[in-house]
Amino acid sequence: MARRVEAGGRLIDRARPVTFRFDGRRMKGFAGDTLASALLASGRVVMGRSFKYHRPRGPVAAGAEEPNALVSVGTGARRTPNLRATVVPLAEGLVAESQNRWPSLDLDVGEVNALAYRWFPAGFYYKTFMRPRALWKHLFEPAIRRAAGLGRAPERPDPDDYEHYHHETEVVVAGGGVSGLAAALAASRGGARVLLVERAGWWGGRAPTDGAEIDGRPAEAWVRGAVAELRASPRVTMRLNAELASVQDHGFCLVIEDAAANGAEGGLRERLWKVRAGRVVTATGAIERPIAFAGNDRPGVMLASAVRDHLDLWGVAVGRRAVVATVCDDGYRTALALKGAGSAVTVVDARDAAGPLRAEAEGAGVSVVAGAAVWDVLGRMRVKGVRVGAVDGSGEAREIRCDAVAMAGGWSPVVHLFSQAGGRLVWDDEGAMFRPDAARAARGADGEAFVIAAGTANGELRVGAALADAHGAGVLAAQEVLRKPCAASAAGSAPVGVDAEEAALRPLWTSPEGMGPEAASHAFVDFQNDVKVADVRLAAQEGYESVEHAKRYTTLGMATDQGKLSNVVGLAILAEARGAEIPQVGTTTFRPPYTPLTLGAIAGANRRELFKPVRRTPMDAWHDANGADWEPVGDWRRPFCYRRGEETRAQAVEREILATRGSVGMLDASTLGKMLVTGPDAGLFLDRVYTNMMSTLKPGRCRYGLMCDEGGFLFDDGVVARLSEEAFLLHTTSGGAGRVHGWLEEWLQTEWWDLRVWVADVTEQWAQVAVVGPKAREVLERLGGMDLGREALPFMGMAEGTLGGMPARVYRISFSGELSYEVAAPASRGQALWHALREAGAEFGITPYGTEALHVMRAEKGFVMIGDETDGTVTPLDLGLGWAVSKKKDDFLGKRGMMRSDLVREDRLRLVGLETVDPAAVLPDGAHAVEGRGRARRTIGHVTSTYRSPTLGRSIAMALIERGPERMGETLRFPVKGGVVKARVVAPGWYDPEGARQDV
Amino acid sequence: MSDRARPATAERLSPRGMVALRAAPEAMAGVAEAAGVPDPGVRRWEGAGDRALVWMSPDERLLICPRWDAAALAGALAEVAGLAADVSDMRAAFRVSGPGARDVLAKGAAVDLSRAAFGEGDVRRTHVAEVAAMIRGTGEAAFELLCFRSVEDHLARWLELATLPGRAPAVL
Repeated sequence: MARRVEAGGRLIDRARPVTFRFDGRRMKGFAGDTLASALLASGRVVMGRSFKYHRPRGPVAAGAEEPNALVSVGTGARRTPNLRATVVPLAEGLVAESQNRWPSLDLDVGEVNALAYRWFPAGFYYKTFMRPRALWKHLFEPAIRRAAGLGRAPERPDPDDYEHYHHETEVVVAGGGVSGLAAALAASRGGARVLLVERAGWWGGRAPTDGAEIDGRPAEAWVRGAVAELRASPRVTMRLNAELASVQDHGFCLVIEDAAANGAEGGLRERLWKVRAGRVVTATGAIERPIAFAGNDRPGVMLASAVRDHLDLWGVAVGRRAVVATVCDDGYRTALALKGAGSAVTVVDARDAAGPLRAEAEGAGVSVVAGAAVWDVLGRMRVKGVRVGAVDGSGEAREIRCDAVAMAGGWSPVVHLFSQAGGRLVWDDEGAMFRPDAARAARGADGEAFVIAAGTANGELRVGAALADAHGAGVLAAQEVLRKPCAASAAGSAPVGVDAEEAALRPLWTSPEGMGPEAASHAFVDFQNDVKVADVRLAAQEGYESVEHAKRYTTLGMATDQGKLSNVVGLAILAEARGAEIPQVGTTTFRPPYTPLTLGAIAGANRRELFKPVRRTPMDAWHDANGADWEPVGDWRRPFCYRRGEETRAQAVEREILATRGSVGMLDASTLGKMLVTGPDAGLFLDRVYTNMMSTLKPGRCRYGLMCDEGGFLFDDGVVARLSEEAFLLHTTSGGAGRVHGWLEEWLQTEWWDLRVWVADVTEQWAQVAVVGPKAREVLERLGGMDLGREALPFMGMAEGTLGGMPARVYRISFSGELSYEVAAPASRGQALWHALREAGAEFGITPYGTEALHVMRAEKGFVMIGDETDGTVTPLDLGLGWAVSKKKDDFLGKRGMMRSDLVREDRLRLVGLETVDPAAVLPDGAHAVEGRGRARRTIGHVTSTYRSPTLGRSIAMALIERGPERMGETLRFPVKGGVVKARVVAPGWYDPEGARQDV
Repeated sequence: MSDRARPATAERLSPRGMVALRAAPEAMAGVAEAAGVPDPGVRRWEGAGDRALVWMSPDERLLICPRWDAAALAGALAEVAGLAADVSDMRAAFRVSGPGARDVLAKGAAVDLSRAAFGEGDVRRTHVAEVAAMIRGTGEAAFELLCFRSVEDHLARWLELATLPGRAPAVL
């Protein structure tokens, strides 16, 4: 039975009991416990069910690598699924639930899957659900989706806060064990700025647990001294509860910090650090490997190191009678620890060699079965015993009764961080492990290796060698970032570590070797995903020889633990099945993050009202208070329409259009991009970037212009006003302003640097209001201050002056076909301008209108809209805008592009207008026109804009149709949901085609 | 929480005059002279009286001046600069100050804001809280933050959150 013992428990405070709930039951632990240690202390070993077979599972590890004990923690909106119970700190009132079981953890209906394991081999889904195809969509997929997934996502928004934090440092050290501390000491003494992060809530890692001595003191004492020195250093930043989650190109790292655990207030839960480091030292230690014997997943079978950790850190003994299965001397450390806690212990050692640790254990009363292996485990919900026999599987097995099994299968350095940015590994035969290859580490911007593995993580498993290696890593990091060799002397000498001598390890990839098929079907490699020895063998047999293919076929290493325990064992079994050497098989790719990040941490502060920056015009508050129904336009929000009372959107749009055409309307046009272009060569420059001629424009006049990319495709349009001989103001689309600004700068900086031209984006300097409709002039005249009469300010003219006491620029341009002025005032006066126009227009019933009314009115005129009629594949000629493409200019951007054969094809899609045969039927946007029947049926184009026009009292649309202008009068068929809409091809432009209304 | 001090305070600054200046790099010294402020070094700003000249790029400066001077200065400087425009209405400004000001800004900007790397007189054009912004060091623990006026509310809300008490990373 697992139980709390008097010995050990360095992390718990026995004077501070903590109550919590697990699956509804009230339980007790101590401050400093993890959820797993508290449950074990209460005798609760089964903590979860496996993913595929629903086998009962207890914790196998004591850290972040735990694959089995996945729980949901918290309730309601704060419930977080799939947390590893071994790293969840126990807190008063904590509520945890087990997962993947129904109706309860101890009685789970899904366990029938386990009985059917013969029918769930590797690749089961691929093989079974291929045919018949129709069943996939309606039966297989929905059923599999219901059964898939671990835990339940919370149903309500996360109430907590998260934040990001940027940090620049010279050296980041991942891992606060003795190696990490030694590396940080060396680097900081050498003069480097250091960030030291440790995933757990304490410093020192496993060295104190394993009984090492450093500089003549117990490891724990040395750790205290090292931490004190680092704390005192002005160059060092230290964080516990902070995991280096990823190492990416050029020293960019993510660190996830449990801010709440570190004392953050006000609901701040996690802080994601975005770190830029010159050198990354990975001192992430090593993870012990399980041993693949039948029943190795039974609750009560744990890694030997985890058994030891639970005793030393939390005072929990996992069994009264334990068997330690080992392939190396490390198993004896666990045997000694258990013995010391009063348990009876038998070590089953695959070797005959005797080192000092074995002698010590035997002296303490531990019985040793040498040259033997565990064949299988007895018991279902709980270990009842093991069967032990020869390592090679020959002869008979004998039974040893026990209630816990510890697996000491050797150690694998945690190479994830070293490998994430491209570092390569090398196979170490002696340690039977992959270790970092310093010669092939990931390289940074300076062309030099920027990731340095240190200590145990570098494959130095003995404390003396680990400390020397880590010290060297710290010195190297400091020297490289400081670009001077003096760091070595400042760093002092490496700490001297001493631990027990160890005899050589004997790799044992299956236990026993050459395990038979029945045992292989119960010997687990990947615990969380239920991948067994038999599955890996089957994958090899079926030809999945590449480790990447075998991984995906068997799902080995694809669970939430990403194969932290299973990787090397799985590779070794695959190699054995292929008759290859392990290094030939290689490893799968190590991808960030090391452990899963929460979505909250990734989002940081970018949620709720900060989800995305929203650009607001100077009149935004007025719109919001007056019924604006918003729509996003680029990053701006603009009123789609203003709804009054019970009005629908459609009714509001219709009212706005009729009021504007009937009298006068006003539109907030501040979002239009505005580029100031100055200099003696400004005219020449604009001739090159617009398709039409701009240099001939007279000061005080406006001209509509098109911008194409080099390919000849239209990407922006707008009105250019010439302010003076050497200054132009370019209007761009609202969403395209940034792109146009970048486009102009790019050409000036990279190609036409000889031009004397300067550009400034002054979009936000100006508030702009379009005053539109037959009464527009009268409204502006009521404001007074400028002569806006027909002669003084003709169509396509502009004037600067003072309007209603405000400095203003007035452009007489029209996107609606009405008499229209766009009035610009400095942005701080925007709201005042808006109010003044509302007052001046009150007697004419001046009506604010939104973007939809703007769109409908321009469509009634047949004007194109960038983004509706264009999609990056459309030229001005396709849109019938040939009049705005100069034939006189030698060159302009897009000129040669437009000459390409494909762009002058006669059967290109060209712009036409459409009138539905039924005037009340409105075509859906994007509807396709088709011709021909049966196999000959094909699409000949699509609708680009479509509206109900209140002005015309019918539906109108614009479309890009193959040979469109040649089809005038033809009736096209548009198949839509529930039938076919027929529409007649007409010339675009219905309203006032002569343009008389705008020129009054 | 409320009885604890914020690590830094963020306040909106009243509008100032601003003139956008562009000229060939070799002509910038003359522009600065005409503006009456020494030409700042790369990523620096210089002050003189009630004016400050901010380095924006090799061929761009921003003149900060009293509001009522901006239009006239823009007119006069157009004689020496390639482009001189009164852009006083284009931006919003915040003052972020207090012992945790560096930490607060580092929550939103990928800039080394350590004392050694960023001090009074330094300038960085970057992104803060996902929007284009300029950080200007105006004191040991005081910064000015400039953004476009359309995102002023966004930045104000972000600053409100980032300066909450009890959340400073306490690193810088």
